[in-house]
Amino acid sequence: MASIPSPIHPENLKAVNKIAEISGQNVHECMQCGTCSAVCPMVESMGFTTRLGILYLQFGEIEPVLKAQIGEFCASCHTCVVQCPRGIDVARVFEAVRQYVLRTNTDLIKPQEIPKDTMAEAPQIAFVSTFRKLTS
Amino acid sequence: MKLGYYPGCTLKTKAANLEVAAMAALDHLGVEYKELSRWNCCGAVFSLADDDLIHQVAPVRNLIRAAQQGCDTVVTICSQCYNTLARANKMVRENEEKRDTLNRFMDEEPDYSGEVEVVHYLSLLRDEIGWEKLRETVTKPLEGLRVAPFYGCTLVRPEEVAIDAVDQEIFEGFITALGADPASFSAARECCGSYQMLAHPEEGMNRAAKVIAAANRSAADALILSCPMCEYNLGTRQANVVEFHEGLDQVPTFYFTQLLGVALGLDPELCRLDLNGPAAQELLIDKKFIATAAV
Repeated sequence: MASIPSPIHPENLKAVNKIAEISGQNVHECMQCGTCSAVCPMVESMGFTTRLGILYLQFGEIEPVLKAQIGEFCASCHTCVVQCPRGIDVARVFEAVRQYVLRTNTDLIKPQEIPKDTMAEAPQIAFVSTFRKLTS
Repeated sequence: MKLGYYPGCTLKTKAANLEVAAMAALDHLGVEYKELSRWNCCGAVFSLADDDLIHQVAPVRNLIRAAQQGCDTVVTICSQCYNTLARANKMVRENEEKRDTLNRFMDEEPDYSGEVEVVHYLSLLRDEIGWEKLRETVTKPLEGLRVAPFYGCTLVRPEEVAIDAVDQEIFEGFITALGADPASFSAARECCGSYQMLAHPEEGMNRAAKVIAAANRSAADALILSCPMCEYNLGTRQANVVEFHEGLDQVPTFYFTQLLGVALGLDPELCRLDLNGPAAQELLIDKKFIATAAV
């Protein structure tokens, strides 16, 4: 009997399995209600909504999610986490997306480009948070 | 209760105005505590990656320090330190495998399995002093001051470390105990812009603008905070934010501990209002809560 071709390309499958491993979350539990996007304070800055981001991941597509910079703009505020009716820790999903990039030794910001006056006046926790979240 | 105080990096430098009044207030209220003699950075953000245990070493090491120094409870004032330490503590308590790995990795330290309790300063005030007693201790009630409380994210999310249920309004209880009026403020539990202010300043400022707009709508005289990151985005950068977003008015910002110090009648110098900018001091002088501006 001929096997049914998987809709997910093997390379993509590897990537989404990595996301699942890092996040500990099952994106297939998402029912696409869009609550996460409705409450997201940073959604306007992303290429598309967090709901669509999860939908792409359900289909094994990680590249569009990276291009939409959802991981970069997620501030880990956890508003979506407390609101998700399916109990998905959405912040962990997009942390994993961010880590997927950072672990290829790629920085998501250039610390040397932070203006000098910002360096002088911003508090330490702002630097530690930024570098923890966005540098490899 | 043997109470230890974990300051965290920012309170010893840029956010001295969050720390000094808070510690003086504990002395004034007769709460015994000792500042941890050794500590390190908490990590600032709790690691959300399941396989990333190395970033739990810093917060857990701080909890070990507290246990070593004989404390059963650690209080933090900075919201981010609170969140990072409380979540790491919860992880150690609940995840045997991770606890074991951490203990074996830090083999120079005594084993730790979550013996210390992590509390935020606001919880300490409510649970150890109580709003009623605090109200009785206030010598300069902040009458006529309408205050918008900004919880931000890390005091209230995720739910497992929230210092308060949404309907209990710990900040509002605090403001009322000081004799001020809490403003109903729609952005109280929203994101301030966080580290996006450094990484993507335009987007960070857009977020901060929404919080300031909500503070304006609530007709608050002042915005109070408990996090140096929120203070940077909503206070230090506020003039910038207001300049680039039409229709916003400036609103003075304070750390909640500064208003506590003023209401308890502590020496205004301890409140370090000099670090807040002129608008904050002018408001307090105008309302006759302090006599002269600190330099």
